[in-house]
Amino acid sequence: MSKAKPKVAFYWCSSCGGCEESIVDLAEDILKVVAAVDIVFWPVALDFKKKDVEAMPDKSIAVSFINGGIRMSEQEEMAHLLRRKSQLVVAHGACAHLGGIPGLANFWNKDTIFRKVYQTTVSTDNPGKIVPQEKSVVDGYELTLPRFWDTVHPLNDVIDVDYFLPGCAPHRDLIINAVTAILEGKLPPKGSVLAPNKSCCEDCDRNDTKPEKLTIKEIKRPHEVLLDPEKCFLAQGVICMGPATRSGCGERCIEGNMPCRGCMGPTDQVYDQGAKFLSAFASILDTNDEKEIERIVSTIVDPAGTFYRFSLPSSILKRKRMEAVK
Amino acid sequence: MVNLTIDGKQIQVEESATILQAAKKAEAKIPTLCYHPVVEPYAACRVCMVEVSLKGKADLVTSCNTKVQEGMDVQTNSERALRARRLNVEMLLARAPAAEPLRQIAKELGIKKTRFAVKDPEEKCILCGLCVRACEQIVGASAISFIERGTERKVSTPFGEPSEACIGCTACAYFCPTGAITCEDKYGRKVIHEEMYLGPTTAIRVPSRQAVPMVPFIDKEACIHFKTGECKICAKVCDREAVNYEMDDTLRDLEVGSIILASGFKPFDARRIPAYGYGRFPNIITAMEFERLVNASGPTGGKVLMANGEEPKAVGIIHCVGSRDENYNAYCSRVCCMYSLKFAHLLGEKTKATIYDFYVDMRCFGKGYEEFYHRLLKEGTKFIRGRVSEINDLALTEKEEGKLIIRVEDTLIGTVRRIPVDMAILAVGLEPSVDHNQLAKKFNISCSQDTFFLERHPKLAPVSSFTDGIFLAGTCQGPKDIPDTVAQAGAAVSEALALADAGKVELEPITAEIDDELCSGCQICVGLCPFTSITYDKDKGISVINDALCKGCGTCVAACPSGASQQKHFRDAQIFAEIEGILLV
Repeated sequence: MSKAKPKVAFYWCSSCGGCEESIVDLAEDILKVVAAVDIVFWPVALDFKKKDVEAMPDKSIAVSFINGGIRMSEQEEMAHLLRRKSQLVVAHGACAHLGGIPGLANFWNKDTIFRKVYQTTVSTDNPGKIVPQEKSVVDGYELTLPRFWDTVHPLNDVIDVDYFLPGCAPHRDLIINAVTAILEGKLPPKGSVLAPNKSCCEDCDRNDTKPEKLTIKEIKRPHEVLLDPEKCFLAQGVICMGPATRSGCGERCIEGNMPCRGCMGPTDQVYDQGAKFLSAFASILDTNDEKEIERIVSTIVDPAGTFYRFSLPSSILKRKRMEAVK
Repeated sequence: MVNLTIDGKQIQVEESATILQAAKKAEAKIPTLCYHPVVEPYAACRVCMVEVSLKGKADLVTSCNTKVQEGMDVQTNSERALRARRLNVEMLLARAPAAEPLRQIAKELGIKKTRFAVKDPEEKCILCGLCVRACEQIVGASAISFIERGTERKVSTPFGEPSEACIGCTACAYFCPTGAITCEDKYGRKVIHEEMYLGPTTAIRVPSRQAVPMVPFIDKEACIHFKTGECKICAKVCDREAVNYEMDDTLRDLEVGSIILASGFKPFDARRIPAYGYGRFPNIITAMEFERLVNASGPTGGKVLMANGEEPKAVGIIHCVGSRDENYNAYCSRVCCMYSLKFAHLLGEKTKATIYDFYVDMRCFGKGYEEFYHRLLKEGTKFIRGRVSEINDLALTEKEEGKLIIRVEDTLIGTVRRIPVDMAILAVGLEPSVDHNQLAKKFNISCSQDTFFLERHPKLAPVSSFTDGIFLAGTCQGPKDIPDTVAQAGAAVSEALALADAGKVELEPITAEIDDELCSGCQICVGLCPFTSITYDKDKGISVINDALCKGCGTCVAACPSGASQQKHFRDAQIFAEIEGILLV
């Protein structure tokens, strides 16, 4: 009997599906992965059920790649299940790593989200004001839905995570490197983020175009200005999260002439990406006049969504205070 | 060298010298008209005739252009020379009877009246051509020359029309020995008022009589030499050979251990308060202008005169112009009260004018200042407490006609008053000097709210800046008077000397450091460092901290977006651990 191939599972929680795409985007390299491993669970692509996983012995899966944040009870349950069955768990993508864009919902809670989504949006027609219930009885049958939480959590809030694959979605090179490292057993210390520990400016071609003293007088949004395809975005007055964001993403946004949005999260030594960037950003505002500062800052549309676009649930803030949510 | 005898006096002169130059050395007086030391001699007027004997042969020569020779015996006043000179002067006198210097020479030669026919009794030009030569040799413009022939000969521009070649330097008038050429502007005024230091002046000059150092400079924009390459008169007349046209501004790098910033102030621009009418009405002057007016070497010789040349009968001194005013500068400029009192005193000394002093608060804080104020009170200056709202010339009564009307709320009697005066002096406040902001950037000096340089500590380190080795002195740090400035400058010098004497400086132990492995070279920290201790290493692509300059302020640590810059002993991890420790209790 030939040596059994290591078993691999993929699962998605509160995510958009882009991380699943990132696996498919490996293109022909996925064949190498498939040749090297046995995919035992991948709801998006293969027909396995929860009971199949439950039937596996504990620790029988070599590695589970889980993407998406944890927003509902079902996701937490699956995360716990996969943790029990797996030797390694990798938080795959920005949402599992940091909470991601769905994590911006932490500025509200379940009630306010439901009210908005099921009652007050312009396109909602719901005269009975029906909102999803965990339990409902239809024709004598009791139906259940997973519990919707007030707060989105990154994966490591609910289970022990071994490694983090950052990015929205993670760059193919990072995935290949991670899989190779796992297969070869060349693993970094537990808890590592599987990407370089320097910020994006390190790899950015535009870094040399920074002026001697980087300052910002006016904040512009990408659609308000014809962006110079070679000049540093900050030097053009456009907010670029690059300096506060881990590199390794392949600079795909920058190459597309769009500023960095921060999906790779902070570097190891930074506790709060948004606060750190805000601190850096405030330092380069070219004025000491309080009114002028107020004016410049007021031109930032959606500051929380700008500075914490991917990292709110994993930041020091985590969420808006519950009693403050109306 | 050449040996010769002049009027029996044996002298030795250089070979290139002329007889006239030799005669000057021998202190023998030879009259001249067309000669000027900086212009090539031409021997046109022929009043410098002398009798020269050489090797037994005597002859009459013009001394201005005849070179000396070994063994010459020159007789400047021999009968033969005088006879020839008299005849020449008589002929010149017939040509230009109104030329005063010529008449003087004629008088000295005993000529009472010319025997020749006088054509024009008003004529001054002797046709010596000195002006023509000056225009050509000195100015390099060649704008004038002789035109016509014979009796019609005269000096003029081509065809007698205004010449484009003329640069209006007035050198021709300056050189003319007989005053035949005059230069006047279109108002009939003499163009250069050298003695007044007002309006047009010469291209080489001392900026003012109070200038330190008291040396002239060349205004290259105005200097003829820099326009035509000629002139160089100033070099020719300077015995010390100090004039150097090649000298240029040079940038020199000096290595120093400490720097004292004493960049001073600029007076508040009174035009910024339109209601005070400065620049719109005559006889509204600033403090600096009044200072110039009462200066003994000033344009009026120290007399207080109005624009029409008359002495004012009533003068208003307005305090706090641009100071203690939220619309301009909120701070007190500290020196205006006292200089205003001085002005009031000087006005009382020099004029019979009624003096009004409009003050907001009288700030006489220095030694002897309060006593001076009391002296002024006794001298009869009329003090009115209140801020002047407006100065205009709108007369309501006949008494106000032709006067400047100062409108002010007299807060002591609680009414608005109209005070007609002839002259208003604006006691302008102090503002940071013109290049203050560039300096602040260059030296990384913080500025306080009043925009003056910020000292390290208002009480304990008033002459130090936040950067070691950079000290502040004088009004760049805030408005202050001369005694305070001198005291602060002395303190700054002592601080600098103390550093030099110690020969070493103590460094801050708590500094920031940038981890090479973590820095991505985003350069956000580079421009932020108030001590310019961070530089960007282009080769390595990282920012580097100079430990000797870092003061450990932590600005870069806070700003570093990737956490590569950390403060020793205050690392993020340490602080978070502390916070966690506190919260766990």
